[in-house]
Amino acid sequence: MSEAAKVIEAEARRDVRNRWLLSMPALLIILLAAVGPLLIVVVYSFLTPGPYGDVQWQPTLSGWINVFLERDIFDETLSLADAHISIFVRSVWLSLVTTVLTLLVGFPTAYFIATRPDNSRELWLFLITIPFWTNLLIRTFAILQIIRNEGLINNIMIKLGLFASPVQMLFTDGAILTGMVYVYLPLMVLPLYASMEKLDFRLLEAGYDLYATPFQVLRRIIVPLVKPGIIAGSILVFIPALGAYVTPSILGGGKNLMLGNLIELQFGQGRNWPLGAALSITLMLIVMVALLFYVRNAKGSGAKHG
Amino acid sequence: MARQFSVRRQTGFTAIAMICFFALYLPIGVLVIYAFNAGTSLSVWEGFSLRWFVKAFENQQVIEASIRSLQIAVVAALVATAAATMAALATTRTEPYRGLTLKYAFINQPLMIPEIVTAVALLIFFSRIKVWTGYSGLGYLIAAHTAFCIPFAYLPIRARLENMDLTLERAAADLYATPWKTFRYVTLPLLWPGILAGLMLAFVISLDDVVITEFVKSAGQDTLPTYMLGQLRRAITPEMNAISTLFLLLSICIVTVFFFVNKKRI
Repeated sequence: MSEAAKVIEAEARRDVRNRWLLSMPALLIILLAAVGPLLIVVVYSFLTPGPYGDVQWQPTLSGWINVFLERDIFDETLSLADAHISIFVRSVWLSLVTTVLTLLVGFPTAYFIATRPDNSRELWLFLITIPFWTNLLIRTFAILQIIRNEGLINNIMIKLGLFASPVQMLFTDGAILTGMVYVYLPLMVLPLYASMEKLDFRLLEAGYDLYATPFQVLRRIIVPLVKPGIIAGSILVFIPALGAYVTPSILGGGKNLMLGNLIELQFGQGRNWPLGAALSITLMLIVMVALLFYVRNAKGSGAKHG
Repeated sequence: MARQFSVRRQTGFTAIAMICFFALYLPIGVLVIYAFNAGTSLSVWEGFSLRWFVKAFENQQVIEASIRSLQIAVVAALVATAAATMAALATTRTEPYRGLTLKYAFINQPLMIPEIVTAVALLIFFSRIKVWTGYSGLGYLIAAHTAFCIPFAYLPIRARLENMDLTLERAAADLYATPWKTFRYVTLPLLWPGILAGLMLAFVISLDDVVITEFVKSAGQDTLPTYMLGQLRRAITPEMNAISTLFLLLSICIVTVFFFVNKKRI
């Protein structure tokens, strides 16, 4: 190897070393207060629950067994934990419906913004960005006020004579769904918009020249081209929806639990930390599957258009 | 006159978008209006009054929680932005090197894990440390907030770096500027809007957090959002609307500044 090559290689090695040093603070903070603790959760899921919360250092699988099974208190037989399974199913179902609904509303909205003239587009985008960055708790509280028995919707419906008496909307699955669609909608619109902004509208023109109907243009041209945005938006909505805690606990009341509330329960009244840990990891695994799906699809569509 | 044909038009999309914007702002609007209600009701208007704002300002718990929220958000945002700036410099404008993907995964990790899982993990980890060290101050909340703020601070800084013109830095180096001088007088001024945007995002994210704070906080460490969450489970008065309105106002101010800082191009 020539001298010059050696110098260049040493230079490159130093550069990489400096880059590691520079990224150390961020990596350490995240290791300490995010990634590291996750590994401890894994350990805790294999321990025995302590009498007042926390754990005893005796390894057991009971935390994991209790995720989907429950031991009969009389004869010790195992049966499916219907309560847990129904919460799992409901969480996944509500999150999927939330994703679909935000997509159905968010797609036209993002398209509307993307097709505005340059000067007004910024304003519309700004109007979507504001709810995106305002407190989720406050937005949930706002929905709570609208759908309460004494809330705006019931008041208007009674005035119009459509409801005879207030209809109970709060503390139902419908309430959770409404709240989640409301709080997560901006998460769908923004990535969709980012995709649509790059849309080449001459392709639409070509479609119409070939006698396509507007619907065919939408289905055969627009949707395939903004597919990365659709997938990104769906993932961005689905993941937080699946782990939602604030919205279901405020709008669902105590009875209509989602996974987040079930996990919280194990660290509060339930006092079963290992079960809570196992449930958390299960939730994380579902999220990982969703992310893998995303990575695979994002790559696929990138290759097709790129 | 017939409407001019436009290739961009899709029937019904504008209507849905309008309904969407209306639905997004209606609940917030109602919430703000009833903050000014003279009565104690959240749905019957009894005249204009500022009494609930006065009440909020006289509420010692609200004041303390707000101060705590701001303390945590300021420290967490500053530390997170500093760490994120360094990390962004270390992960952009380079050939892929070993460990780069790992760094991306690490930095973005708080975005990919559901908040409740991180919250539970921190509860377990910090409760251990509390027992070992006996320390139970705000440090835990600040550490937790800093960690989940890093990816948000990182995003705009990285975006800025990637769009930056390399020739200016090369020019500085050609004129015998040391690497430090190049950074100080060329890179940093160009990067500044990105850093500012990252700082503001991190600040808002920290200020808004409910779930992780709720799990990590010790007794008597309520931030404004966790205080509000506690109040929501009791009887609600327009005082909550007043607090929410002030909180909204602060967020909107920050987002507005962010929006314009981020839009400005060189």
